[in-house]
Amino acid sequence: MTDTSAESVPDLVDSIYRTESRRVFATLVRLLGDFDLAEESLSDAFAAALQQWPREGVPDNPRAWLVSAGRFKAIDAMRRRARFDASLETLAQRIDTSENELTNEEQVADDRLRLIFTCCHPAIDPKIQVPLTLREVCGLTTEEIASAFLTSPPTMAQRIVRGKAKIRDAKIPFAIPSLADLPERIEAVLSVIYLVFNEGYSASAGAEVTRTDLSDEAIRLARLLLQLLPDPEVMGLLALMLLHSSRRTARLSPEGDIILLEDQDRELWDRDLIAEGKSLVQSSLSSGHFGEYTIQAAISAVHADAANAAETDWQQIVAHYDLLLRAAPSPVVELNRAVAIAMCDGPEAGLALIEAILQRGDLTEYYLAYSAQGELLRRMGRLAEAQSSFNHSLTLAKQEPERRFLSKKIAMLKETADQ
Amino acid sequence: MKFVCMGFIEESKWESVPEEEGQRLMNECFDYDDELRRGGHFLGGEALKSAREAVTLRFTNGNVAVTDGPYAETKEMLGGILLLEARDLNHAISLMSKHPGVKMGPFEIRPADEQVNALVAERDAAFKG
Repeated sequence: MTDTSAESVPDLVDSIYRTESRRVFATLVRLLGDFDLAEESLSDAFAAALQQWPREGVPDNPRAWLVSAGRFKAIDAMRRRARFDASLETLAQRIDTSENELTNEEQVADDRLRLIFTCCHPAIDPKIQVPLTLREVCGLTTEEIASAFLTSPPTMAQRIVRGKAKIRDAKIPFAIPSLADLPERIEAVLSVIYLVFNEGYSASAGAEVTRTDLSDEAIRLARLLLQLLPDPEVMGLLALMLLHSSRRTARLSPEGDIILLEDQDRELWDRDLIAEGKSLVQSSLSSGHFGEYTIQAAISAVHADAANAAETDWQQIVAHYDLLLRAAPSPVVELNRAVAIAMCDGPEAGLALIEAILQRGDLTEYYLAYSAQGELLRRMGRLAEAQSSFNHSLTLAKQEPERRFLSKKIAMLKETADQ
Repeated sequence: MKFVCMGFIEESKWESVPEEEGQRLMNECFDYDDELRRGGHFLGGEALKSAREAVTLRFTNGNVAVTDGPYAETKEMLGGILLLEARDLNHAISLMSKHPGVKMGPFEIRPADEQVNALVAERDAAFKG
């Protein structure tokens, strides 16, 4: 027991709650096999800590104490309630007698990983995987998640209830997938984390472009995942998010308007995040087993190395996009490659590629395809056509800052045309 | 977060329950309230008498009109409220889903408006001070 004055115990419990409660929760989920029961016994355990620690001193391993208190409280509660529901006695018996390694560090660390895999299980609707992960693994409240996704708490609460019911009814295990299933399952987890990040970095609708809290949460989640599972693509995703984040302050004007990569003040880029991102890209590339996240991060790292847009190694960026097209072919990747080609070989070459994509019927609802087309036409001096591309892009853009950006472009083109 | 949980019951059905059975159901609810107290979730509650004992006031044409009975004539009537402390809406849902009262009629769970409540508390303190 550690000697701590009684007055500081509530503060200590508070800080332990912030850092440890989700880990304790994850272990309780494993021990009790039930989300609701785990949540209840978690709050019981912290309530007990508030009562007992001032009297008896703070235990040397508070987390282990909380897990064991939570487990005990749960068994206690089940025994009390067994008179309403006889099946609870059997369950209490099983939990009470099972020999679980409560404090084994490795096991406990794995519990959060188990929980991530459970919340991102393919049997759960992908729309529900994201909020479920944010709530159960990261500890965000339903209200916080609802506000981040611009929906009402009751709507979000129902999704989470459905997710938990699915886990219960489909008997989704609290387990780390077998080696054979692992690659596919990691992919699902990574895509959930990236969705959370993107929702924070470039919110799909609303007045502001970034919701930093969600991006931070995604990065925290990826760090945790990497700690538990040092997979090259986990490194790649973390690197990608760190490199994106390094430009967070440079990509928006004080008025909240978008500033394109080429126009950003590179002095504002966060060098620490870049250094960490680049070192992760290196580690992942040297593993030889990397995938799309690592390649995207590698592209971002090339930008991070350049003093300005003109000095960027566009050849290398095109080479990375070629690689990415093979690893994860998509029209959006093709569009980005076309923009890079325009930087290497001139706007005509890029424009031909973009128009081929659009003629094929791809990306015709994607505002960035038309704004890229408009930008290349502008560089070629075809101002009237450029203006009409930007106009079309504006009809497709949903976010206020995107719309302001496009309107500004159109106004500038009109001005040039009038001169 | 504080939540107000409103329990609705079908009064005629509830009144037709034999006394002994009614007592048993009530005790079951009280026992679960104890469970909520243990976790620090039970902040308080009020049981209501029959809606037949209600009067409703309405301000119409510059006057207050008084009518017998509840504001809304529905099959299920508000039977009582419970004040609940929970981490978030999903926590409140999970706590109240296990409440035996839900077998007697629906619960409506609403977050307390803490902004307005803070103003009320301020007035309260000023008045007492």
